[in-house]
Amino acid sequence: MALISNGEFVTDEWRRLADEEALPEKGKIIVSQDRLDNALKAPRANGDIGVIIDNTLEIDKLTPVLAKLGLIAITFPTFADGRGFSLARLIRRAGYRGELRASGRLLADQYAHALGCGFDTVEIPDDLAQRQNETQWRSASKTHQRTYQCGYISSGSILDARRKATQ
Amino acid sequence: MSINNSNTLSRINSPKTTYQYDQFDKNFIRERVAEFREQVRRRLDGSLTEEEFRPFRLMNGLYLQLHAYMLRVAIPYGTLTSQQMRRLAEIADRWDKGYGHFTTRQNLQYNWPKLIDTPDILEALAEVDMHAIQTSGNCIRNVTADHFAGVAADEIEDPRPTAEFLRQWSSAHPEFSFLPRKFKIAITGATHDRAATLAHDIGLRLVQNASGDIGYCVIIGGGLGRSPFIGKIIREYVPRAALLAYLEAIMRVYNRYGRRDNKYKARIKILVHEKGIETIRAAVEKEFAAMDHTAFQQDTQEFERVAASFAPPPYETLPSESSKLTKARLETPAFDHFVSVNVSKHKIAGYAIVTVSLKPINGIPGDATSHQMCVLADACDRFGFGELRVSHEQNIILPHVKKDDLYTLWQTLDAADLATANAGLVSDIISCPGLDYCSLATARSIPIAQAISLRFSDMARQRRIGKLGIKISGCINACGHHHIGAIGVLGLEKKGQESYQITLGGDPGFSASIGEILGPGVSADQVPEVIEHLVDFYLAERQENEAFIDTWRRLGHARFKDVLRREGEDGADI
Amino acid sequence: MTKFKHPQILLASNLKDGEVVFLGHNGWERDFRHARIAKSQEEAQILETIGKTDYSANIIVDVYLTDVEITDDGAPRPLHYREKMRIKGPSVRHDLGKQARGAPDEH
Repeated sequence: MALISNGEFVTDEWRRLADEEALPEKGKIIVSQDRLDNALKAPRANGDIGVIIDNTLEIDKLTPVLAKLGLIAITFPTFADGRGFSLARLIRRAGYRGELRASGRLLADQYAHALGCGFDTVEIPDDLAQRQNETQWRSASKTHQRTYQCGYISSGSILDARRKATQ
Repeated sequence: MSINNSNTLSRINSPKTTYQYDQFDKNFIRERVAEFREQVRRRLDGSLTEEEFRPFRLMNGLYLQLHAYMLRVAIPYGTLTSQQMRRLAEIADRWDKGYGHFTTRQNLQYNWPKLIDTPDILEALAEVDMHAIQTSGNCIRNVTADHFAGVAADEIEDPRPTAEFLRQWSSAHPEFSFLPRKFKIAITGATHDRAATLAHDIGLRLVQNASGDIGYCVIIGGGLGRSPFIGKIIREYVPRAALLAYLEAIMRVYNRYGRRDNKYKARIKILVHEKGIETIRAAVEKEFAAMDHTAFQQDTQEFERVAASFAPPPYETLPSESSKLTKARLETPAFDHFVSVNVSKHKIAGYAIVTVSLKPINGIPGDATSHQMCVLADACDRFGFGELRVSHEQNIILPHVKKDDLYTLWQTLDAADLATANAGLVSDIISCPGLDYCSLATARSIPIAQAISLRFSDMARQRRIGKLGIKISGCINACGHHHIGAIGVLGLEKKGQESYQITLGGDPGFSASIGEILGPGVSADQVPEVIEHLVDFYLAERQENEAFIDTWRRLGHARFKDVLRREGEDGADI
Repeated sequence: MTKFKHPQILLASNLKDGEVVFLGHNGWERDFRHARIAKSQEEAQILETIGKTDYSANIIVDVYLTDVEITDDGAPRPLHYREKMRIKGPSVRHDLGKQARGAPDEH
């Protein structure tokens, strides 16, 4: 897997724990959503636990533990399945401040969408990273300079810019 | 690459009656052109596979069809300036084959562009503030509106400012660009629904509440295609300041819960049908209540800014009747017919709305040559404040013509084969391109439209028949709106042959209904004959001023079915 | 896999310009009369393999086999009306598409 952050391929500090693997005492680990409750019961440094969730998860399942999570990864079963974008919005709206990661075959062309909806990082399989290299992701991070929508994350909304220009 | 030798930019002397792009709008579409140019490059070098590239080319209006690519250019809310129409003609000549096809969603399609030329075409469009953004793909599509917007006598408010407001809000939406399926919004501000709002994913109607404020009645879950549904009201009244927030709530519910397991069940109409409108309403209201509304605080101000650019043109004060017009009608019967059929009432005294039919007898519905586009551009500069409209019936409208000018305009149109006096009549047929162009089609539609129009080529007979909407689709996706045609024709494949299923009783208006199937499919040759029998029966049975649909409703479907059975017994092979 | 009933040709669309092309003996041809005709399941599979390779090489898209009959002059003739349309051009505009360049215009 390749991890993209701020338009660059970076090393992942987090390790995805297989379900059959025992919970280590230290280190940043990502567990499956089924295992989350148990993982959080173990005594660990705060923010060391991340979870990978389906894009269909109802947000109230996560709300009580949001403050304890250091990372939430939302799976994208295919790049055309946009449910993860809405779920990311809901997670941010619920007040989550930690790392939000899109995990799946996301394309560089969707980077602006992901960032706009509140994702920090994108994790893609290696074969895709070979075709869509760092240069493409870096330039994709700049393709949508301004958006028409307010309340999404971008270099600025057109509405705000207009208001400034006419003031 | 731009069209440098063009004189289009120097010819603007018409008033601004439609939305004017500011620097931010211009930058936005230029950014999108640059992005698509890069995507084409990355497709060709293999960075993007076809499967990956497909949604992005579709979101830029580019399809791969039977013979070539097809580019669908957005004509938001069907409004076009003369300058933009000239540019469409130039593109047709330079990069396509000298013509274009106006569609049932008020767009224009070029049938022969090359992938490698498309970025240049988009750039040429951007120069005149046009684009092809979201004319396809699983995103919010080009917003359509009443083609008589702003000039209709039966209007509460011009729907175009709202449509433009929505165009901006829906463009390159970070959250709603990968929906379960396409999403179409139509809007009307009139008491007659000319925008088929009940047949859209979202239909909006401008309404006034008890205290006189203008807001929106929001309808969801309408749509044609494989499973046609008439839309249902989700909320009777949404104040203007809350419109975007409310639509965002609908979109979020749809994006999260719309089905993705089956492309034929992925539209919001299926979600509404399966869960029930009450459940969806509750989910939308819950989301609406939970939303952070601070992001929408500028909406009213922004709406006002957009609305201000739709100022009415500088109309002259004129008497409501024109003696010049009266005289010309008496002297020239063909012109008189044109006026009675193709000219509609304008809200301003002394002006009229002219429908230019793109349905000549034996023609291809919706097609216009680059020459005709230029004639229309010149005509509206001369007679109509430089503004044109495209109707979902695939015709062109000159929305503000002085009654005194109608005769000269008619002569101009006639010289370019644009004066067919059949607006709304039996030969004003809506037709998708069908299997002559479209890769999804199961049968041809255009030759059927041609054969029907030839069968009814006697214009006096057409006028006797009166308003009658025939709509033809070449596959179940229903781009030709066959479900809501008083007479609908659907082309299918049956045992390796083209076969046509006829429906009766469809209605696109506020009293919308889905047509009922007449009987087993018939062959292409038989369609005009079957329709003629049905029309003859209607003529024999109708009461005074009764439209086809009303006779059908009064007599019932069975009586019309009987017509065909009887004809069959008489020896006709149907 | 369905049983091999008719001879087949492989058609696709050229990626760069979208025109319909047919796999011939020396690459992709724009005239169907130069299409290579598969007369057995094995031959059809060879065509398909070439198609897949060229699809992966970003030369053509929308590639598939279609059933044909062989006419007296040895040229393939598609059996389905959709492909009959594709080898010529729109039936309502004989001045456009391949038929305008001299392909047979009977539909």
